[in-house]
Amino acid sequence: MSALQQPRIRIPRSARPGEAIEIRTLIEHPMESGIRGRSEGAVPRDMLNRLVVRLNGETVFAADLGNGTSANPYHVFHVRMERTGEFEFLWTDERGRSARATARVTVG
Amino acid sequence: MRIARRPLLLTLAALPFGARATPSLEAAMRELIGEAQPEEGGIALRLPATAENGGQVPLTVAVESPMTPAEHVVRIHLLATRNPTPGIASFHLTPALARAEVQTRIRLAEDQQVVALAVLSDGRVRRAAAETRVVTGGCIG
Repeated sequence: MSALQQPRIRIPRSARPGEAIEIRTLIEHPMESGIRGRSEGAVPRDMLNRLVVRLNGETVFAADLGNGTSANPYHVFHVRMERTGEFEFLWTDERGRSARATARVTVG
Repeated sequence: MRIARRPLLLTLAALPFGARATPSLEAAMRELIGEAQPEEGGIALRLPATAENGGQVPLTVAVESPMTPAEHVVRIHLLATRNPTPGIASFHLTPALARAEVQTRIRLAEDQQVVALAVLSDGRVRRAAAETRVVTGGCIG
C-alpha cells in the first residue's frame, strides 16, 4: 500500500496566553468517491474519511469527511491557546492508512 | 435541464425549516440530528453565489457561541441538496476552539442549496442554507 501524502499545516510558532490562533491544514488527496466515470469504467473509491486534531493528547477538533468534501481536503479553524502545547494532526482513509503531522506552539 | 430544476430549487428555498425536502436529504438530516427541530438564526453559511469550479467551492460556516465548557457547539454538519449523495462533512467541535467557525472546500455537482446544521451543547440545533450556481460541476467526471 502506498503512503498518503505529507500534510501541510500553517500554524503560528508562538502565541500570547489566551490568544486565538488560526490553523490551516491541507493534504493532497484525490478524494475519489467511486461515483465518477461510472459509465466508462469507474474510478475506484479512494477517500480520506477522518481528520483528528489533538492538543497535548486531547481532541480539540475532528472532521468526518463525506463525498462532498473536495479533493485535497482543506480546513481552517481557531484554537485558544492557554499554555504551550503540541498539536497532532492525523488523517485516516477508508483503508486504514494514515498521515500525521505535529506542531509545537509556545505560549508566553 | 436547468429550466426543469428551477421550480424545485425555488421550492426548496421557500420551504419552512423542518419541512420535508428530498427524501435522501431528509433521511440524512434525521440520521444526523434525530428528531430535533432546527431553529433559524445564530448561524452563518457563506458560499460564493456563483462557483466557476464545482470541484473546489470555498465554504465558511460560523455559529454564534461563547465556546465555553457550559455553552458550545458540538457538531456542524454540512449537506448538499443536489449532489449524488448528500453528505459533505461533519465537524466535531470542542470548547478548546476559540470560535465555532470552520472553513473548508466542497464539491457541488450542479446548482443547488447547501445546508448547515449546528448542534449545540444543550441539544438545540440551528440551521442555515445558502444557494450556489455551479458553472462546471464537481462530482461526476
